[in-house]
Amino acid sequence: MDINHKKKYNKRFSTPLRVYNWVVLLLVFFQYTFVFSQENVPELDIDVTDGVVEPIPVAFPNFITKDFSSSIIANEISKVVKNDLLNTALFRIIPEGSYISDISSIDSPVRFTDWRAINSDLLVVGDVTVLNETITIKFRLWDVVGQNEIFKGVQFKGPSNSIRRIAHKVSDLIYSGVTGEGKYFDTRIAFISERGPKNKRTKRLAIMDQDGSNLIFLTDSKSIVLAPRFSPDSKKILYTSYETGKPRVYLMNLMNGNLRSFPELPGMTFAPRFSPDGKKIILSITENGNTDIYTLNLENNLKKRLTKNVAIDTAPSFSPDGKFVVFESDRGGNQQIYVMSSKGGDAKRISFGKGRYGTPVWSPRGDMIAFTKMYKGNFHIGVMRKDGSQERLLTKAFIDEGPTWAPNGRILMFFRETSGVNGAPSLHTIEVTGRNLRKIELSSFASDPSWSPLLK
Amino acid sequence: MNYQNIIMSVFVLLLVTNCSETNGIFGKTGSGSDPFANISQSSLEYFSNEVGDTVLFKVNQSVIEPDYREVLNSQAKWIKENSVGSVTIEGHADEQGTREYNLALGARRATAVRNYLVSKGVSESNLSVVTYGKERPLRICSDESCWSKNRRTITIIDGSSS
Repeated sequence: MDINHKKKYNKRFSTPLRVYNWVVLLLVFFQYTFVFSQENVPELDIDVTDGVVEPIPVAFPNFITKDFSSSIIANEISKVVKNDLLNTALFRIIPEGSYISDISSIDSPVRFTDWRAINSDLLVVGDVTVLNETITIKFRLWDVVGQNEIFKGVQFKGPSNSIRRIAHKVSDLIYSGVTGEGKYFDTRIAFISERGPKNKRTKRLAIMDQDGSNLIFLTDSKSIVLAPRFSPDSKKILYTSYETGKPRVYLMNLMNGNLRSFPELPGMTFAPRFSPDGKKIILSITENGNTDIYTLNLENNLKKRLTKNVAIDTAPSFSPDGKFVVFESDRGGNQQIYVMSSKGGDAKRISFGKGRYGTPVWSPRGDMIAFTKMYKGNFHIGVMRKDGSQERLLTKAFIDEGPTWAPNGRILMFFRETSGVNGAPSLHTIEVTGRNLRKIELSSFASDPSWSPLLK
Repeated sequence: MNYQNIIMSVFVLLLVTNCSETNGIFGKTGSGSDPFANISQSSLEYFSNEVGDTVLFKVNQSVIEPDYREVLNSQAKWIKENSVGSVTIEGHADEQGTREYNLALGARRATAVRNYLVSKGVSESNLSVVTYGKERPLRICSDESCWSKNRRTITIIDGSSS
């Protein structure tokens, strides 16, 4: 970039903190840029700060390889990593043509002045070997400004069909090392793939990688399916299906394809989620027109009723410590967000802005709750503190609905549905700061995303 | 089934012959060229088109408005007179709401209709309810002209399809 850009960065990083490594520096940088307002933001003030954060310039030379077949795989890995990094809008990749230095060995000393001369702040170097169907990647991440290594060199090994997962793990280390935030690239999305006209929509349960690749369908298009939710170990999915003609919750084991229905639950059942320990599910049961919230212990099949009133109580979500449940209810006259103990009992309303609120989801960090807000004919994705304070709306559209948190609690995915006779949904992500709204490009319509925890 | 097929054939024939005489097949109900005039009053077509299988609701409401009490009174009468085996009431919502809430709302609407029919003497054991929330809109534009038609219940007599 230009001189101004360089000056800005030098200024930012030329503090006494330089004795520490880049992680600390960038943490400061992040906290500075992404600081949350300490006061309540005025209502419906969409908090979009696009363009405020200047992407960090990264030098990303070709990974070192010893033979042709390794170089093909190395190129695939770096393509996926670069795409991950670019999708954050926190990084930009400096074109290779401008590089001065060559990297011939991952262990040779880095000539920082050469990389600084092309204005790079970070340098990624890696070495890829493929032997007996096993990929080995060694890589290092250098802070070119501070002239030190952000973390000790890392080595991953995996079967040759795991190129994308290896790449996402590399991206995770880079992202996490630089920002100090948790990882999220090596994850999957469960969602509903949709086709056909609005009044004859077919819906299929599907999973894919976080970046939209490796799409797998889990159901056919015969029955309406809704709102899949990952288990805490990412190996199971809860969802709702009209297989029997009525909405009923099912649990699918992704490892062996086993399907569990819940004949012990009466009526119509929907809006399921796992408890943080994966031992219980929480869901809505509708009996005689009334919808309440229940838990079911998956080990001993014990059912527990958490709400009991004539209002609609639905869309429950556990706090990460399992002690509380956030849900939506129209007990106060219209749809609002409430928090109660996970044992049930009194609930406290936490949403107080104008409009209606639904689909609350507790952040994996525990600090925030994401929600859908409906006001004056628009839908918004928003976040608030767990006590309901500091509400901030991140998006505004005809329909924006159903947020799900990335495992690091920094990014939300949701679906956006366009209006009119050709209206259709697609998946989008946005940072909790309101920055970097991105559409996930897919070949079908898509709704009801659920972001998996970090894969093991 | 044969009986139904015959009825259907007669119905289609009547529609075809009527088309040449009126502006549209559902031109004017109650006019001299009523296409249902010669339809058996026990047919499913008669139920859905003449008795009326649909109840519409206000935004976020499940209260049965006075206009639709008449429709439901006729439904109850028809169901009892024709010794219908089983009846499903589908509850629907417009797209202006979140998915889960709309499922619950559709269930409320369908149950309100069920309870009304029961109060008019229809046997409870013959009635079942299902909610579709916003999953199956009847009309697909995104304004009140469509939404008002989508906030509905449909009473489906076993053997007919929605």
